[in-house]
Amino acid sequence: MPLLIDLLSWALILVGGAFGVIGGIGLLRLPEFFSRIHAASITDSMCAPCIIAGLMLQSGLTLVTVKLAFLVVFLFLTSPTASHALAKAALHGGMDPGRTRRLDGEAES
Amino acid sequence: MIIAAILAIMVTMALAATRALLGHTVYDRILAVNVFGTKTVLLIAALAFLTGRPDVLDIALAYALINFIGVIAVLRYFEYGGPDND
Amino acid sequence: MDTVVDILLLAFLAICAISILRLRDLFAMTMMFGLFSLISAGLFTTMDAPDVAFTEAAVGAGISTILILATLAQTSRREQATPARSKLVPLAVVWVTGAVLIYGTADLPAFGDPDAPVHNHVGPHYIQESGKEIGIPNVVASVLASYRGYDTLGEVVVVFAAVVGVMSLLGLRRRPPGLRPARGKPDPNDVLKVIATMVVPVILLFALYVQFHGEYSPGGGFQAGVIFAAAIILYALVFGLDKARQVIPPKVLNRLPAAGVLIYGGVGVVTLLLGGNFLEYYALAEDAKTAQHMGILFIEIGVGVTVASVMLLIYFIFSERGRGKRPDEGNGDGDGDGDGDGALSRDEGGTA
Repeated sequence: MPLLIDLLSWALILVGGAFGVIGGIGLLRLPEFFSRIHAASITDSMCAPCIIAGLMLQSGLTLVTVKLAFLVVFLFLTSPTASHALAKAALHGGMDPGRTRRLDGEAES
Repeated sequence: MIIAAILAIMVTMALAATRALLGHTVYDRILAVNVFGTKTVLLIAALAFLTGRPDVLDIALAYALINFIGVIAVLRYFEYGGPDND
Repeated sequence: MDTVVDILLLAFLAICAISILRLRDLFAMTMMFGLFSLISAGLFTTMDAPDVAFTEAAVGAGISTILILATLAQTSRREQATPARSKLVPLAVVWVTGAVLIYGTADLPAFGDPDAPVHNHVGPHYIQESGKEIGIPNVVASVLASYRGYDTLGEVVVVFAAVVGVMSLLGLRRRPPGLRPARGKPDPNDVLKVIATMVVPVILLFALYVQFHGEYSPGGGFQAGVIFAAAIILYALVFGLDKARQVIPPKVLNRLPAAGVLIYGGVGVVTLLLGGNFLEYYALAEDAKTAQHMGILFIEIGVGVTVASVMLLIYFIFSERGRGKRPDEGNGDGDGDGDGDGALSRDEGGTA
């Protein structure tokens, strides 16, 4: 049983790391700002909970697990809010989804 | 294995920092710094496990709060010029 | 492994610093400043200094960024290019000074050298005796609050002096000018308001935890004060400055930094009156460790109150002056309001 928990935790940590790198690559290679928000939110919504869940399994039922649980709940609440606020601000500021050009004509370099 | 996680997190941080440096528009930079911040939180949590000092998790928690507040502040100031303007 | 992490973080730091210098867009520069503080906090963590990392993350990446933004809201968004002048003389001065400084460090002991004087006199005494004499697990807190209590009093007074300087230069208005028209349109901030309502109490509770748990884990008065201020600043960002002023009225806020310093110094005076030296906690109670704990508790409360109120006060002062101005894009010759001093023009006529 402890072996199973260990294996599960390593698997979760590795999967989380992989998601993080995927999100990072997406952040660099996707062509346009609004699609990059998707890539960034992959890291926030998949990488962070997977890694934190893996660490929680590592530490068993202690205060550390409670703190990690707080951390993951907080990240769940605030990362999508930050993405929402960012997308709203960008839309308000003239970025047009679907085109790689700002509305006031400033082209992407 | 934690070292593998730390390496993956640092690679992601490097990618995000590159986007922050390149960032064609300011919003890209804000997004990249936000991602960098979340990765820093994860890095601190992983380092806490690596060095066997779980009280360092408080820093990760505080940093998650500060990251959120920082992004909201940047957006309010950038878009509206202040907390009260509309 | 540690070396690799250190080298990577230091390389990030250098790249960040160069980009801060080269960027002309000041908002982007603010982002990079926040990034710089984050990387520094990561470096401190790898150097096994969690208290410092905590403070650096909270102050540098949080409050400093917000204050720089509040300043930018009053000036321009773009840095003007400096006129082309010969840069040879400044470059020569910088090189010579740097060379002299590096030459001066040649005599210092190596980093982490166990024979260095700093590791041989008071340092081992603090580390070895702290458990017996004071009995709290966090040696940083015991050194800061008990062994070096005078120095920390000096730090708190420095923070207080900073806010006195800001207030005498800028000043917080007693009543906000009536600038805001009645709002008839739907609030664009609903998602943020809901999340902020849920999150602000949790942050305040976390600040209290950091304050009182600072003797057992990284934390203490400085960090707790910063996190407390960050919570109220979040409230002010989402709900508006007026409501935040109702939460903590300026009359109270103006007096809180002094109250914090008073609490700290007051503990010293109380120990004097009880027969000991200034800030000698042994006079406070009969059992030595209880006395130390009480002394440390009270002065940390003083530190927390001062730091929180100072950060909030500076934020309110900066934001009040920036009210009503739009962020201007472009070459920084001011916005349409056309004024130099926001306070004067508003007090005179009420028209912006």
